[in-house]
Amino acid sequence: MLTLHCPYCGVDADETDLHAGGEAHLKREGPGASDVDFEDYLFMRENPKGVHFERWRHAYGCGKWFLAARCTNTLQVFGTYPAQTLEPPQEIKDKISAARPGWSWGNLT
Amino acid sequence: MSNAVSALQGKVAPGEVTIREAGLQGMIILRGDLADKKLRAVCTGISGVGFPAQGQANSEGKKGLCWMSPDEILVLVPYDEVAEAIAAIDKALTGTHYLAENVSDARAVLIVEGAFCREVIAKLAPVDLHPDTFKPGDFRRTRLGQVAAAFWMRDEDTFQVICFRSVAEYAFNLLAASAKAGQVGYFPS
Repeated sequence: MLTLHCPYCGVDADETDLHAGGEAHLKREGPGASDVDFEDYLFMRENPKGVHFERWRHAYGCGKWFLAARCTNTLQVFGTYPAQTLEPPQEIKDKISAARPGWSWGNLT
Repeated sequence: MSNAVSALQGKVAPGEVTIREAGLQGMIILRGDLADKKLRAVCTGISGVGFPAQGQANSEGKKGLCWMSPDEILVLVPYDEVAEAIAAIDKALTGTHYLAENVSDARAVLIVEGAFCREVIAKLAPVDLHPDTFKPGDFRRTRLGQVAAAFWMRDEDTFQVICFRSVAEYAFNLLAASAKAGQVGYFPS
C-alpha cells in the first residue's frame, strides 16, 4: 500500500485517502502551439519503470494537489512537494540521485 | 423559521463504547488566510478557544475550532448562534478575501464514547491511531469505511466525528457495528 506524506496538512496519507492525478510537470501548450507540441501535451506521457513524478490529490483530507517522486518498480517514495513548482526541489533530486544514480525522466536528470 | 432537526435526531447505540448522534450543532466553514490576524481574532472571539495549529482541533462543549486545511477552518458554535457568528465574521473580514458559509444542516456530528473508542475508529479509518501518535486535540480529515469524515479526540475516551448529513446513518451504523464487534486489544491501555 502506498503511503504519501501530504506537504499541506503534514499527515501520512494512505493510498485510499488520495486520488491519483497522472504525470507531474506537464507544460501546457495553448493557442498558437504547433500540432505536434499540442499532441505531446495532450497524449504523450512518460511510462517509466523506475523514477517517476506524479500528481496526487489529498482527496479525503485537505483536498490539495501535491506532487510525488517515487519509483514505479519498487514503490519507494523519494518525497512529496507542493504543486506550485515547475520542477522538483533540489533536495528531492539529490535523494533520487543517491538511490538511483544516473536516473533521468523527461528533461530531468 | 422551520423546525430544525439533526440528521438522526439524537439516536444512540449504547454499549461498552456508545455511539451517539450529537444533535444540532452549528458549523461554519471559513476559508481565507489563516495567518491573518483579524481572521484569527474573530475565530477565537466567537468560539472562546485558542486557534488550532496544523492538524489540531480545540473544542469546549458546543464551541470549537478545527483546522481543516491550510486555508480552511471549521468554526463550531451552538446551533442558534450561527447567524450571529457569521455576521461577526463578515464584519471583521470585510475587504479581505474570505468565505464563510453555514454548513450546520449539511453535516452530522457523532460522538464515540467509551474505553476502546480509539479502536472503534481505528478499524474504520486509514489513520495511525496509536496513543503515541494520535492524542487528544489531534484532528484528522479522512474516510470512515466508504465515506468522507473528520474526527478528533475530545479526551482519551471520546471521539467526535463529523460527516455529511446524507451519510449520517451509514456512518452511525458503521461505528455501532465496529463498537459491537468489541475490542481488538491492539493498543496498550
